[in-house]
Amino acid sequence: MSKKQMGKRFLQILIVLMGISFFTFGLTYLSPGDPAEIMLSECGNLPTPELLEQTRAELGLDKPFLVQYTTWLKGVLTGDMGTSYSFKVPVVQKLSSCFWPTLKLAWMSLLIMVVISIPLGILSAVYQNQWPDYLVRAVTFLGVSVPSFWIGLILLSIFGVTLRWVSVSGGSTDMKSLILPAVTLAIAMSAKYTRQVRIAVLDELRQDYVTGARMRGAKEGTILWKHVLPNAMLPLVTLLGLSLGSLLGGTAVVEIIYNWPGMGSMAVKAISCRDYPLVQGYVLWIAILYMVINLLVDLSYNFLDPRLKEER
Amino acid sequence: MKGLKFLAQHKQFTLFLILALAAVAVAVFAPWIAPKDPYDAVMTDSLQAPGDDYLCGTDKMGRDVLSRVIYGTRTSLIMTLCLVAVIFVLGTLVGILAGYFGGVMDAVIMRIADMCISFPGLVLAIAIAGMLGPNMVNAVIAISAVSWTKYARLSRSMVLKIRKCQYIEAAVSTGTTTGNILLKYVVPNMITTMVVTAATDMGSMMLELASLSFLGFGATAPTPEWGLMLNEGRTYIAKAPWLMIYPGIAIVIVVIIFNMLGDSLRDILDPRQE
Repeated sequence: MSKKQMGKRFLQILIVLMGISFFTFGLTYLSPGDPAEIMLSECGNLPTPELLEQTRAELGLDKPFLVQYTTWLKGVLTGDMGTSYSFKVPVVQKLSSCFWPTLKLAWMSLLIMVVISIPLGILSAVYQNQWPDYLVRAVTFLGVSVPSFWIGLILLSIFGVTLRWVSVSGGSTDMKSLILPAVTLAIAMSAKYTRQVRIAVLDELRQDYVTGARMRGAKEGTILWKHVLPNAMLPLVTLLGLSLGSLLGGTAVVEIIYNWPGMGSMAVKAISCRDYPLVQGYVLWIAILYMVINLLVDLSYNFLDPRLKEER
Repeated sequence: MKGLKFLAQHKQFTLFLILALAAVAVAVFAPWIAPKDPYDAVMTDSLQAPGDDYLCGTDKMGRDVLSRVIYGTRTSLIMTLCLVAVIFVLGTLVGILAGYFGGVMDAVIMRIADMCISFPGLVLAIAIAGMLGPNMVNAVIAISAVSWTKYARLSRSMVLKIRKCQYIEAAVSTGTTTGNILLKYVVPNMITTMVVTAATDMGSMMLELASLSFLGFGATAPTPEWGLMLNEGRTYIAKAPWLMIYPGIAIVIVVIIFNMLGDSLRDILDPRQE
């Protein structure tokens, strides 16, 4: 990527982030219910009209929409996303404490996914239209059709309830309680990823250089490991990056099942309590993460595929 | 006769078409198939294990799980059909407008679409569904809001390709109105691919709706909906495992049927894609 393209890309990211922040802010504005009332009802007592007015003024809710938005945006730029209504702590603090468990879970499931799907995908491509391929395709087909929350519940009832290997209540983030949620996420993703690996390897196997290598008498193993796989890895890196991005935002269901104290379960709680500052902060944070990861993936192309540098 | 011959030639498609119609029939004839009323709570029969009286057991309110699973087909199919119809029509329409007219409209529409895909879909869907308030209509709105972009991008790129064809040029130079060009030349040439995309999306859309309901941002109690039933049964994971087994199996079966139907339809209509 040239400098000019980088500049363009950063500009694009900034525009999208502005759009997303505006959209989320607008969404909370549109939603039914009065934040001041929700905030005060959280304390358990019925608020008086005077108290409601006072709280609205304190939160700046009596100001016009655009003024509220600018105030919030100014805060975000200086690292202050407001205070969570339900947890009574700064949003930034809550987000950072929930971020690490989710990152840990995402890495672990990504690792399991790679370990499962790369060998399966290669196997299925090499034995195209033979029984290993049919078997892998059948399993991946089943994998994309089964909801992850059901897999989670089944695993929990087998290993948590029947075998008692893990605690059903959850709440901790040690290695032992990490395994089940990570496996649940990995199963759902592996099905998709195995298909992609298969397609990527098949695409490379069809190339002329493979025929050439065969004609020269190179061994099938050498062709596969030395020529086909390194070339097939390029599209897979993109997908891996995208998976990490969507994982960071898509763990909510599994986090809820296993009571994993990450961002997903926090977001669901925050939305249920209409904790607007926390929801806004969460959506913006995920957007930033997702875009940074995508940018890194694009940048990694320069190292992985030197041809791209020459073309530009 | 022609139809029968077509069905005989494509056995896989026929098989899954029949199964899909069976699922639709279960939804339509739910009141006649279900042994009991899915809303009828018999508190004395709370959390009964599967047996003679209740084939799939009862939930905490003493409602028959089998009947609720059968009625759940209704909820799931109606919601999914509405969702796919909305994103299909909206996405295709927006894509055609952006692709055919170009200019400012194209730029604005595509920037909005960029914004939607630069973001994990489920996060936005949860935020929208949660903020609008949990119910089935809002869940459909939320998932539509994050899924229309796929259709818009696809139809836009196809329109851009079709626009360059000579028959469009011929139509324009013979004075055909824009509306007629779009309806008679553009839409018929792209509709197959769009239908195939919609058909292959049915299964995954059904799963997304069920996930939202599972999180509590979709169907609300006491509606019989599979995702919601699984969420309600979650608390009794040790005491009443049947509460999570049957709704789960129902989702898997219906999703597999629609995924296979979509795949075989794609193989018939659009063989280039594999």
